[in-house]
Parts: sequence; C-alpha cells; structure tokens
Amino acid sequence: MKSIRKLAMAAAIPALAAAGATGALADTKIGMITTLSGGGAGLGVDVRDGFMLAIEQDGREGVEVVIEDDQRKPDIAVQIADRMIQSEKVDIMTGIIWSNLAMAVIPAATAQGVFYLSPNAGPSALAGKRCHENYFNVAWQNDNLHEAAGAYANDAGLKNSFILAPNYPAGQDALTGYKRMYKGELAGEIYTKLGQTDYAAEIAQIRASGADSVYFFLPGGMGISFLKQYAGSGVDLPVVGPAFSFDQGILQAVGDAALGVKNTSQWSKDLDNEANVEFVAAFQEKYGRLPSLYASQGFDTANLILSALDKAEVSDQDAFRAALKEADFASVRGDFKFGDNHHPVQNIYVREVIKEGDVYTNKIVATGLENHADAYAAECKM
Amino acid sequence: MTYILVLEQILNGLQLGVMLFLMAAGLTLVFGVMGLINLAHGSLYMVGAFAAAAVAGWTGSFLLALIASLAAAAAAGALMELVVIRRLYRRDHLDQVLATFALILIFSEGTRWLFGSFPLFLDVPAYLSGPVSLPGGIEYPLYRLTIILIGLAIAAGLFLLIAKTRIGIQIRAGEADREMIAALGVDISKLYTLVFALGAALAGLAGALVGAIQSVQVGMGEPVLILAFVVIVIGGIGSIKGALAGALLVGLTDTLGGVFLPQLFALFMEPASAASAGASLASMLIYILMAAILLVRPSGLYGGSA
Repeated sequence: MKSIRKLAMAAAIPALAAAGATGALADTKIGMITTLSGGGAGLGVDVRDGFMLAIEQDGREGVEVVIEDDQRKPDIAVQIADRMIQSEKVDIMTGIIWSNLAMAVIPAATAQGVFYLSPNAGPSALAGKRCHENYFNVAWQNDNLHEAAGAYANDAGLKNSFILAPNYPAGQDALTGYKRMYKGELAGEIYTKLGQTDYAAEIAQIRASGADSVYFFLPGGMGISFLKQYAGSGVDLPVVGPAFSFDQGILQAVGDAALGVKNTSQWSKDLDNEANVEFVAAFQEKYGRLPSLYASQGFDTANLILSALDKAEVSDQDAFRAALKEADFASVRGDFKFGDNHHPVQNIYVREVIKEGDVYTNKIVATGLENHADAYAAECKM
Repeated sequence: MTYILVLEQILNGLQLGVMLFLMAAGLTLVFGVMGLINLAHGSLYMVGAFAAAAVAGWTGSFLLALIASLAAAAAAGALMELVVIRRLYRRDHLDQVLATFALILIFSEGTRWLFGSFPLFLDVPAYLSGPVSLPGGIEYPLYRLTIILIGLAIAAGLFLLIAKTRIGIQIRAGEADREMIAALGVDISKLYTLVFALGAALAGLAGALVGAIQSVQVGMGEPVLILAFVVIVIGGIGSIKGALAGALLVGLTDTLGGVFLPQLFALFMEPASAASAGASLASMLIYILMAAILLVRPSGLYGGSA
C-alpha cells in the first residue's frame, strides 16, 4: 500500500511541476472577488462589467478571469481568497468593493506573493504604514473624494456641517478626509451601522442640530434609503456627498430628490477624453445602461493590467511591478499616475446631478482638487 | 437636546416597532401553532416589497401596490407551505432550519433572476409624502405616521381575529393541542395553510410599506428577520400580545439607544470615539435587553410555562 502511494506521488510531482511551469509561461490568471449579491451588489456588478468590457475589447488569449461573489462578508471573502491563491494559483487579484473586506484579504494576499489591484476600496492603513509593493490602488485612497468635498464646502460658504458615515474603515476614512479640508464647525458627527436602511433617527438629529448643510457618505442601497427618507422628512438643508452617494445606480432610484446636488468624483461620464467617450458608448451598447464610477474603475483596472502584461510576464515580479507603476494606459479619467505608495495622483471634480431626458446623471461643474495625492503616502516605507 | 427631538425619536421607535410586529406576528403564529422555525419569513417580506414595486411601476397606484404585496406574499406563503413546509412539521428543528434556509437562497436567487441585482424603487405616493405638523410643534413625515396607524390597526384586527372568531379559536386550540382539534374534526392541514398564508401576507405588507422609504433589493428581509426573532423570543413564542409588546420594546430600545448612547458617551469621551463606541454598544442593546428579559422570565414576557 505504502509503496503504491509513493509511486503515485512520484508520478504526480513532475506532472504538477510541469503544469505550474506552463501556466506561468502562457497564462495569466486573474481572480476577482467582488460583491454580486445583497445590498451592495450594484457596485460589484458595475466593477465586474467594466472590467470584463476591457478584457473583451482587448481580446487577447492567455488571460483568464475567475469571478466569485463575496456577499459583502469578510469571512467569505477570506475563504475565496485562500482558495484562489492556494488551489487555483491566481497571479493577480482584484475586485473587492468594501474596505472591511479589503483589510481582511489584501495583506494576506500580497504576503503570499500575489499582486492585488484595488478597483474600489482604498483603506488608509494600506496607503500608509501597511503599504506593500505588490498592492496597487487604481481607484483612490478612501479619503480623497471626501477631501475634495470638504474643500468644496469651504468654497460654497458652508459653515456648520452635519456629517455621517457607516461605522467601518471607509466610513471613518470618509469623515477624516472631509474634516481634513473642511474649515467650518461641525453640527454633529454620526457613525451608522453598515447596511442600515432606516435613517429616521439620524434625520431627526439633523433637524434638531441647527446645521446649515449635511455631508453624508452612504454607498449603495444605504444612500437610496437615506435620500428618500430625507426628501420626505421636510428637512431642506443642502446636502453634499462623494460620488458614491450619487452614483449612476443610486440616482434612478432616488429620482428628483437628488437634482442639483453637488458631489465629488475622480471620474464623470462627461469627462472629455477619447478613452472615456469610447468607454461610455461601449458600456452603454453592451449593457444597456450608463456606466457608474465603479464601472470606470473596473475598466481602468483591467486596462492597467493589460498594459503591464504588454511589457512583462507576471512571473517576473520586479519587471511586472515596474510596468504597473508606469501606468502606461489610456485611463478614462484622462491623466493618471501612481504616487510612491502605489495610490493614484489625480484630479477630483465637483459634479452636479442633472436630468438628461428621463435619466438622472451627473455633469462636471468644477475641478475640486488638482493632482491630488493622499495624506498617508509619507508613512509608507516601501 | 430638546423634547421635540425625544418625541420624534419615540415616534421613530414606534414606527420601527409596528413594522417589526407585522413581521413577528406571522413568525410567532407559525412557531406557536405548528412548532415550525421558518427562516424564510424574511423572503416573504422581500416578495411583498418586490411585488409592490412591480405593480406600482405598471399601474402607478400605491394602493394597488399594497394589495399586490398582500396577495403575492400570501400566495408565495401558501405555495411554500403546500410544497415544502408541510413535510417538515414532524421533523426536528434542525431539518426545518436547513430546509427553510434553502428556501431563502431559492427566493433570493429567483428574485435576482427576475428583477436583477440593482435596487428597485417604490415611491411614497404624493398624498402621503412630506411632513405634517403634530401638536407640540413636531414635524413628522406623514408616511411614517401612516405606517404607525396601519400597524396599530392591524394589531387590533389580529387581536379580534384571535379572540373572537371561529378561526381564532381554532388557532388557539391548535397551539394548545394539535391532535385533539384534529380529532374534533377541524381540517388541520387547511388551518395550517391558512395561518401560514396570513403570516406571509403580513410580512409582505411590511415589506411593501418599508420598501417605499428604503430600497427594494434582494436580501432585504434577512436583517429584519433577525430582529423579528429577537422580538418573538422577548414576547414569548406563540403569543400575539407578546409579539406586539416585544416589537415595541425592541423598536424603542433600538432607536432611542442608537441616538442617545453616543450622546451619553460624549459627556466623558472625545466625540469621534464616543460616536463609534456609542454606536457599537447601541447595536448590542437589543440583545442585552433580550438576555435581561430571559433571565427574569425564561419563556418571554407572555410565554406559557414552556
């Protein structure tokens, strides 16, 4: 018995080694873990669709994408990541939407020698002290859009903001980012539950606080609930938010209540550059809806990977890393470059919600921050 | 902090409470009468919300949407009982949990397949939107006030149904002794289907009412289901009165705790950490409440001597 098993193992080892070798030479395997079910599904679906649009447009052979649903649960994301790294042997990972999931998966993945490119979550810890040479963020550091909103609030003459965000890493980064730039007083600061759908209690506090404006970061279904309830409450203070609170998926459900609201984003569908015009048209043609900023981030992430694959094999980690760092691709945001901590240095715009025919969407009204880098870069020792 | 804020938060707590009651009433009846743990009760809430959103989209009428939510959830409930649940009454609770958990997955995926992953929208009708002024200078959304009134009316109706009607007598008898009422010639399987459909309809109505102020999306029922289980454990399993008391208690504790605990903490901590520590403790508060009540009354507020 023993000898048979030994024999089988002896036969299997070279076979495995051969498979590993050809895999590394010919194919690049990309593992995407994203949220495709539950309240945050719209975000993950957009990232996936944007990403796959770029992969299909490119059409090259030898790039395989494995997609799994994390259900917005950190434990499930960790399980999937372990399986992708250990048994499916992915080279590159991407896709995570939520910062609490990102914190659970990314440090372990990069420690095992996998590249991770974030199409959305950018928790502050991973931009600063815990940055890693194999971790690139293609979207933004979490604080960025909120910093632009804080700067906008100063310009708009807002002096007494009431601010709220969910109690998870991106929510804390959001309010930190807003306060970093905002110079006025705070009428109140609330952390809500992640995934909360009833905001009656918070709205009552806003009403009683004497604020002159409301700043909120509530991505996905949370933002829809908040805006609808806010519109029905009779509180008519101006609201400001990051693009996540007013993205393409949310606006249709909120309707008129969002018209005229200012929000901050690194991307907008009316950004006038060739790559973006083509992207918006192709996305609409393929999926029958307007792309959101999440879709644009997925699209950019895939194109960044493809641009690096043109220059180097993933198996040559140093060369591939250098190719990623160059960011030599046509971003739908226009100019795009990485800072030393592998996070973007980019413009952030102020957009306004408008109605085009029957569809609610955003248009750029100003540039909030130019060539903005994140506040944690100095803490990163790479 | 003004008394207006406190009053408004009490109203918010009441509103959450009556919503939870609509969910918990069906759950507690099904558990009490049939001895069945139905994890898929939250799916019926989702079915009601989706049916309402779809019908409101076609017809533009909110009233029709509410009727559709009742009908669709009752139909889904009756179907669920006839096809799956009926086989589970004699099985132990673990089998019931497994089977109804599978139903959650089937309902969620089925809904996603029909309606997609993006949230639907169901709007509050114009005649119910906007705030009303209540005595004492409180501005309160008319729609939420309507929810409170509908919920209380349904609670009153349920009490009458259980206490005064023939069906109610059968339901109570079924809770007390299943074999005996079957022996007395009551068609027990028809009664079970009816109770199940009634509970489902209430859950569907709750989903539609809440869907209009929140987003209608796949998986919206599960967070509410957990709260509803807390409610029936606090209230005592099988008791409608207990479900109402438990629901109002949980609604008020959750709302008031969420608002005032962070402010209490802010008295002796810096604002940012007070906000997050207060919010964390507030989210545990209803479970602490449940544990405290179970310590004093192990079978819940109105539970029998189980």
